[in-house]
Amino acid sequence: MGKIQFSLEGKIAIVTGSSRGIGKAIAIAFADAGADVVVASRTISDLEKTADEIHSKGRRALVVRTDISRQQDIENLIETTVNEFGSIDILVNNAAQLILMLPSMLRDEGWDKMINTNLRSCFISSREASKFMIKNRKGSIINIGSVAGTMAVPYESAYAVSKAGLIHLTKVMAGELSHYNVRVNSIEVGMVKTKMTEAVWSNPQVAKIFEQGIPMHRIAEPEEIAAVALFLASDAASYVTGASICVDGGASLAGFNPDIQGMTLPEKYRIHKESSE
Amino acid sequence: MDSPNMSLKGKVAIITGAGRGIGRSTAISFANAGANVVIVDIDAAEIENTVKIVQSNNTNALGIRTDVTKKNEVDAMVAKVLHAFNTIDILVNNAAIEYWIPLMHMREEGWDKTFDVNVKGYFLCSQAVGKVMIKNNKGVIINFSSLAGIFGDKYSGAYCASKAAVIQLSRALAGELAKYNIRVNCIAPGMIKTRMAEAALKDEDTKNRFCSIIPLGRFAEPEEMASIALFLASDASSYITGTTIIADGGISITGMNPDETGKTIPDKYKTL
Repeated sequence: MGKIQFSLEGKIAIVTGSSRGIGKAIAIAFADAGADVVVASRTISDLEKTADEIHSKGRRALVVRTDISRQQDIENLIETTVNEFGSIDILVNNAAQLILMLPSMLRDEGWDKMINTNLRSCFISSREASKFMIKNRKGSIINIGSVAGTMAVPYESAYAVSKAGLIHLTKVMAGELSHYNVRVNSIEVGMVKTKMTEAVWSNPQVAKIFEQGIPMHRIAEPEEIAAVALFLASDAASYVTGASICVDGGASLAGFNPDIQGMTLPEKYRIHKESSE
Repeated sequence: MDSPNMSLKGKVAIITGAGRGIGRSTAISFANAGANVVIVDIDAAEIENTVKIVQSNNTNALGIRTDVTKKNEVDAMVAKVLHAFNTIDILVNNAAIEYWIPLMHMREEGWDKTFDVNVKGYFLCSQAVGKVMIKNNKGVIINFSSLAGIFGDKYSGAYCASKAAVIQLSRALAGELAKYNIRVNCIAPGMIKTRMAEAALKDEDTKNRFCSIIPLGRFAEPEEMASIALFLASDASSYITGTTIIADGGISITGMNPDETGKTIPDKYKTL
């Protein structure tokens, strides 16, 4: 049946930022699909909760405390993975940080921090992991980007630039690594119910305003992003590399949305579910 | 939320251009995932072949010969599907034609025919099926575009323009239909082993030259497009709408490929 194509049976996956949110959902979805998963973030106690869930699915989990803004931590993550699990088949670069600030008011430190955490870290982890993938002549790297990387979302300044850089890092690495049958893709996520967006979804009034701007009129669950990562990690995406998959409920579609601006269609053109024929 | 899976159990899916190639593979993979599939094509003999393959796996298939450029035929096809299965959950617009003719030599009829099949056909099917999906307050439409819809391929200008139109049609439909819980997405395949790529596959030498510009170094099997369509048809892509997934083995990422142009990096920088 269909599920077979999503199988990651016997694969070794690293997921950064997997103590919560999208990263945690990906780690669990991968374990569900048969992978052994290395979970990495700064907070051991949260990672252990993710590891417990992976164990409960009968898969191996490895907890590696990692601050992805530190190069030696990333190198240690890759090394520990290979030492303990013997290989790396899938790398998901998910850990990221967001500082909301107008670009004109952003300090140097803020800029550096976001570029380091969100972009430079992905380069280093991909470079280190790809050494093993090249040897194996197979592998899949998945970068979790944001629609902020394709649209100039207000206040997201350096975050948006780091995510735009990530889309292009994906393409240049895909171009180089495809010769070794290593695929590199990115997922541009829209509004997802995570800690990063808590200020939005925890307040019903604010949530409503955001939801109106999304054609699908809702905020995504982390599992809906995990499903896309699973697709990209699996053989179902065997001919997809260098691609950027936008998962945003249509948010980046509308340059102009008459429904929001208050323009309404003449009654005769409106489609009513009851009367449509 | 359940763990993501690609099951289409009990769904009703219409696939146009399902007589062969990507359309046929998509129909087979949807049927294997549990869907009742409707095989739409203009060639009755090809329909028969696909229906036989699908039914040999003990899955349900209905073949309906349809010229997708004619509204009355599209409407009749949709009515037949509703009569047989009561509903429609998934539409895959895939039927397309390509003329390999430089634009300066393209006759008006060729241009019109290309747009009739590749754009108007998609519109007519989407409109007829979209109305059913609006009533159901759910549905998925998947449009096959092409890398030619993004690149300016030489000698297939009308096809390129029509495939670019498909990408925009998908976006516009996605915007209009999102509030009815209908997702509309697009797939842009690169070089696939189908009859349309026959000329590129005609001999080893030609094939190798094409492969040298594909980072993954090979043509795709139609099944590798079908698995993407299956992902987009399933709940695994529940938050994806208005998106185009490029499935080209990396062709579109490298404007220039040094390996092809004969420029090579010094040995010491070669990874292996």
